[in-house]
Amino acid sequence: MTSFFLNGKSVTVDDDPSTPLLWVIRDSLGLTGTKFGCGMALCGACTVHLDGAAIRSCVAPLSRVAGKHVTTIEGLSSDLSHPLQRAWIEVDVPQCGYCQSGQIMSAAVLLKENPKPTDKDIDEAMSGNICRCGTYSRIRRAIHRAAELGVEKRTS
Amino acid sequence: MNATSAGRKNIFSFLISALILVFLFAVCKIATIHAAPPNPKPDAAASREAFLQVYKVFTSPRCQNCHPFGDSPLQGDDSHVHLQNVVRGKDGHGVYGMRCNTCHQSANLSGEHLPPGNPKWSLPAPEHKMIIVGRTPAELCRQLKDPKQTGGRSLPQLLEHVSTDDLVGWAWNPGTGRTLPPLSRADTVAQMKIWIDGGAACPQ
Repeated sequence: MTSFFLNGKSVTVDDDPSTPLLWVIRDSLGLTGTKFGCGMALCGACTVHLDGAAIRSCVAPLSRVAGKHVTTIEGLSSDLSHPLQRAWIEVDVPQCGYCQSGQIMSAAVLLKENPKPTDKDIDEAMSGNICRCGTYSRIRRAIHRAAELGVEKRTS
Repeated sequence: MNATSAGRKNIFSFLISALILVFLFAVCKIATIHAAPPNPKPDAAASREAFLQVYKVFTSPRCQNCHPFGDSPLQGDDSHVHLQNVVRGKDGHGVYGMRCNTCHQSANLSGEHLPPGNPKWSLPAPEHKMIIVGRTPAELCRQLKDPKQTGGRSLPQLLEHVSTDDLVGWAWNPGTGRTLPPLSRADTVAQMKIWIDGGAACPQ
């Protein structure tokens, strides 16, 4: 049995400790917002947070998260109020949408560490998240917008 | 005392003296063979030759891929730039959501083209990049002897680093699909020791 915190709640699963976290989240715990893309840490679709840092859940064994805090796209906010979620809707970023939860989770780490990123900061932070629809320019615009919304939120 | 008796005595004294001389000579010879001189002269030629062996290891993909010229790690046996535009960052562990351990676990994942792993997976910090890629043997040799470029490590400390560091040791356990360095770790350490003990001579 392995216990960890998922979006703030304690969970316990009996999956093998070597099981990729992605399958535990999706199959054992039923949160399907996190996507399977490549299974080899190449595309970023499966990005979640482990104690606030981004990890690729498709290659992280369950044993790595024991006792720690995991946040998925479902846990970013309870009401779509996170600046990134608001900006994503405002800019209408997604095309097919498959990679977007991973994109947003990577962007969330960027904004937490750098609330006002430059284009270069965004490129460095987001280059591990692939979008086959090519929505990169809208992703970049939405991150800048989220930075503005974050400032508004902090000063309001 | 007659003349015959005196002659015999002289011959006897001569023989005793000769025996003592032979004995002393033998003792000196044995001492020379068995006792090392107090300060052996470093063998610069052997030292240089040993460094060239070490250089072959350090410039193999398993070592140099994490000691690149720029700020991007390299991948594969062809030492291509790491996909996903991975960068060194302020501490050698990447940036934002692109930290080394975002993808690299504490151990290798089984199967080809999957991220290799080690708990310390990282590049050298930007203050001491320890660049290997593109260095000639002479350049790398001089660099290793400059503590400003080795994170303050002396030669014995560098030897210790190569001998015992867990992340360095990964090079000899790189997982599926990655070639090993040309020498074993033990042989690399042995050659490095010959290089250092011989005066850390640098190739021309």
